Amino acid sequence: MPKPNPFKSFGEYLIFLWRAFTNREPIHIYWRLYMDECLLIGIDSLTIVAITSTFIGAVTAVQTAYNLVSPLIPVYIIGVIVRDMTILELAPTVTAIVFAGKVGSNIAGQLGTMRITEQIDALEVMGINSTSFLVLPKIFAGITMYPLLVILAGFLAILGGYVAGTLGGLITPDEYIYGIRADFIEFNVTFALIKSFVFAFLITSISAFQGYYTQGGALEVGIASTKAVTNSCIALLLADYLLAELLV
Amino acid sequence: MVEVKNINKSFGNKQVLFDVSAVFKPGITNMIIGGSGTGKSVLLKNIVGLVVPDTGSVLFDGRDFHSGSREEKKALRQEIGMLFQSAALFDSKNVEENVRFPLDMLSNMPMDEKMDRVNFCLKRVGLENVNKKMPSELSGGMKKRVGIARAIALQTKYLFCDEPNSGLDPLTSIMIDNLIHEITTEYNITTVIVSHDMNSVMEIGEHIIFMYRGAKLWEGSNETIFDSDVKELNEFIFSNKLMRRFKR
Repeated sequence: MPKPNPFKSFGEYLIFLWRAFTNREPIHIYWRLYMDECLLIGIDSLTIVAITSTFIGAVTAVQTAYNLVSPLIPVYIIGVIVRDMTILELAPTVTAIVFAGKVGSNIAGQLGTMRITEQIDALEVMGINSTSFLVLPKIFAGITMYPLLVILAGFLAILGGYVAGTLGGLITPDEYIYGIRADFIEFNVTFALIKSFVFAFLITSISAFQGYYTQGGALEVGIASTKAVTNSCIALLLADYLLAELLV
Repeated sequence: MVEVKNINKSFGNKQVLFDVSAVFKPGITNMIIGGSGTGKSVLLKNIVGLVVPDTGSVLFDGRDFHSGSREEKKALRQEIGMLFQSAALFDSKNVEENVRFPLDMLSNMPMDEKMDRVNFCLKRVGLENVNKKMPSELSGGMKKRVGIARAIALQTKYLFCDEPNSGLDPLTSIMIDNLIHEITTEYNITTVIVSHDMNSVMEIGEHIIFMYRGAKLWEGSNETIFDSDVKELNEFIFSNKLMRRFKR
């Protein structure tokens, strides 16, 4: 098996995106596909996103309280830390890794199976641009639904921190509420949403790319799904760093 | 009529088609036969445009497919139906949606006309009352028949079949062969079937080309195939006991 060349793969990824965004089918054809993908990508991810974000917020509150050993630091700082960590990193980035695991592997598996069972060839023979037909609805559903999931994740993480902090006796409700409102920078929310758009685009497009070019059989579909998750995670962490450098 | 002129095709350093030329006339079943790995499927993929030949041309009633513009190719593809080896039905759609798919994508018919056409095509292939079944609920033969119904839904002028009876029992194979033959003569379609099944050849092979190591080695019909003195063809025909007994 030839060794994969990352530069060649990146070039193929760009050509793949070009094919997806050009020579599209009429817009009305995409509407139902888009709605189906919104359900699959967004609604079906609610449970896992809700569970992970609530617990991440709770753990952040408990860990922060555990590490607050100086009496000089006010307790409300727990709320500040939970809020800032949630909005800046935990909600957009950690949720993105969960999202890549669930949605990315699903996209790659679906397209990979379509490829090896000749369903993509069937579309091409009919004269349909299979790249845009199959991939565009996924990308647009991703960049619509993922920011909403991030908003939900942020809310639930802060709520999780509140519940864990107050029920565990680490902080009073008033202190926590004061903490999450103290020195609030509105741009952080904008920044989180910018990240969520970028991450959703990367996860959906990279996963679709991996699945679309699957060759072989069931084993290769599994490999494509794994690659979709790992490559998406690497790309989103790189993008996270670049966005932090550019926007903060 | 489909004309293939001097097709050459290589993948990397490996040439798989050597100067293949053939004429496939309408209203008869044309077959491309040969052993595994002789270039039959690659030739078919060159004809339907899934693979671009290195040199040579494919003419559909005088229209050169590969040198046509994107719009010309798209228009031509709407006259092409293809039955894939695995039937390539869309997993997420039921039978009715699969057959209706080309009409949804490529025609401006109102829904009731589309449904009439879908029901007509399903009836034509001997499938009724399965409209709402999913592909996973169908037998291999039924999948192939749905594949044929989808291929003819747009009133196709050219029908291509890649090993239409692979994986089917002998009775179902003959039924699929006869169905393809009937549709071909009834609608005066240009049909090209790739097969290595001698039963199919004897049943419906009105015009046959024999491929060997990427080149066309013999051309004739099921009437003349036993008179051939081509050693490779005779080895192919008489490779099983039944045919050897028949020869004696």
